[in-house]
Amino acid sequence: MITVDLNRVDIRELNQRLHDQNGDDGRTPWRIVGPDGRHSIAVGLDATLTVTVEGHVGYYCAGMNQHAHVTVNGHAGPGLAENMMSGTVRVTGNASQGAGASAHGGLLVIEGDASSRCGISLKGGDIVVGGSVGHMSAFMAQSGRLVVCGDAGAGLGDSIYEAELYVAGSVGGLGADCVEKDVTDDHRTRLTQLLCRAGIDADAGSFRRYGSARTLYNFHVDHAGAY
Amino acid sequence: MCGIVGLFLKQESLEPSLGEWLEPMLVAMADRGPDSAGFAIYHDPAPDGALKLTLYHPDAGFDWEAIAEGLGTAFAGNVNLHVRVTHAVMVVNATESEARAWLRRHFPDVRITSVGAEIEIYKEKGLPDDVAESYAIRHLTGSHALAHTRMATESAVTTEHSHPFSTGRDLCLVHNGSLSNHNRLRSELERHGMTFQTDNDSEVAAGYLTHRMAEGASLEEALQSSLDDLDGFFTFAIGTRDGFAVLRDGIACKPAVLAETDQWVAMASEYRSIAHLPGASAAQIWEPAPATVYAWSRN
Repeated sequence: MITVDLNRVDIRELNQRLHDQNGDDGRTPWRIVGPDGRHSIAVGLDATLTVTVEGHVGYYCAGMNQHAHVTVNGHAGPGLAENMMSGTVRVTGNASQGAGASAHGGLLVIEGDASSRCGISLKGGDIVVGGSVGHMSAFMAQSGRLVVCGDAGAGLGDSIYEAELYVAGSVGGLGADCVEKDVTDDHRTRLTQLLCRAGIDADAGSFRRYGSARTLYNFHVDHAGAY
Repeated sequence: MCGIVGLFLKQESLEPSLGEWLEPMLVAMADRGPDSAGFAIYHDPAPDGALKLTLYHPDAGFDWEAIAEGLGTAFAGNVNLHVRVTHAVMVVNATESEARAWLRRHFPDVRITSVGAEIEIYKEKGLPDDVAESYAIRHLTGSHALAHTRMATESAVTTEHSHPFSTGRDLCLVHNGSLSNHNRLRSELERHGMTFQTDNDSEVAAGYLTHRMAEGASLEEALQSSLDDLDGFFTFAIGTRDGFAVLRDGIACKPAVLAETDQWVAMASEYRSIAHLPGASAAQIWEPAPATVYAWSRN
C-alpha cells in the first residue's frame, strides 16, 4: 500500500507519480488521503492500478481513466470520470454535474445520486447510479448504458443516438426524440450482469428502458449528404 | 467565474469563531475570482431606533470623523464610528431616508454599501487573500456572513462592481453567474424609481429582490419570482438579518455545495471552502437542487 497525503503532496506530483506507473501491472494499491475537495485527483491514469481516495473530491476526479480502478470514499464534484476509456471508477457518495460525460468505455458506479447532465454525450461507457440523476442526463448520448436505480430528472436522453437508458423510478420528462422501449429477456440478462458487476443490489425486472426514436433531422437518409 | 461562500452559525456560543472560519472559506475561492473580494457580516446590532450604515470612499485617508460629526450634529447624538480600511461603519439616530439625503447633500462622493441594524458590507479590488488580510477577517465575530470572490465577466473590475450588493435593510446578495436580461430589467426597475450605482448585472438582481420585497413579497416569494423574471445563470446566496438563503437557476450550471451540522450551515461554490470547517467530514453535504429556495434562520 502506497499512501499519499494531499496535505503534503500537491496534485501534480501525485498525478505524476501515478503516471509513472503506466505500463506497469500495478500490484501495489494506492491510498490517497486528505483530498478536501481538491481538483483533478487521479486524472489520466493508464495502468491497472487500484487507487482509493479517502474523502470528498473536487472537479474532474479520475478523468480520462484507462485500466485503473479508482474508488472515492466520499462525494465527487463536477466532471467525475469524464472521458473515461476503460477501467472502473466508483464513488460511494454523490456526484455533481457531468459525471461520466463523454465516457468511451469502462464502468462508472455512483452509489448515491448524480446531479444534472450525468452521462452527457456518453460514447460507450457504462454508468450505474444507485440513486437518482438530475436533469438533461444522457443528453446526446451516442453509445453505452446509463442505469438509474432511482429517478431521472427532466429532459432525459434529449437528442439521444444509440445509448441505452434504464430507469427504475420515475422520469421527470423525456427529452427530444427519447422514447420508452421494450425490455426483452436479452436486455434483462445484460442488465443483471451489469448491476452485478457494479455491485448494486437492484432487480433488473424493475427497470424501464429508454432510447432514441431516431426521428430527428440527422436520422433521415435524405439529409445524409449534409454531413 | 466567481466564488461565493456563506456561513451561518446555529449557536450564539460559536459567534467568536465566525471570522476565523470564514477567512479560509473566502481564500479557498481565490482562484475562482482573483479580481476582487467582498463580504457581508452580521453582528453588533444597533440600538432600537438607530441605524447602522457602512460607507465607502476610495481614499484610505478619508476624513470619516467629519461625516460622523456632521451626522451627530444633524441628527442629535453621538455617532458610533468604526473605520476599516476604505470603509466606515456608523451608527446614527436617523431614519434611512434622512441619512441618505444628508449624505447625498454633504458628501456625494461617499457610497453607502449597506444599511440596517446588523449588516456591514465591505468590498475591495485585489486578491481575496490580500483583502482578507487587510480587513483582518479572521478576527471578526458575528452570527453569519457571506463572501464573494469575483472574476469579472459582465462589467468592469472596480470596487463598486464587487459583491455583495445590498438588497435592502440587512439584506445582501452574492452572485455567481451572469444575467442576460439585466439591461431591460434595470430600465423597468428605474421606472419604478430605483437607482443603480453601476452597470453590473448582479446589482440588478439585488435591486429586483429589493423591489419585489418593497411590493410586499417575502424573501422566499421574491426569490421564487426571480426564477421567472431573471434570464441567465445564477447561484445566489442572500443574507438576511437572522439567516441566509440559497437559490440556483433552473439550468443550474453554476456550482454550489451545501453542508450542515448541528453547529453551522455552510454554502460554497466548491467543497474546498467547506473542508476546513470543524465537523465538515461528518456534515450532511449535498448539492442544492435547481430552482429550489433553501433558507435558514435562527427564528
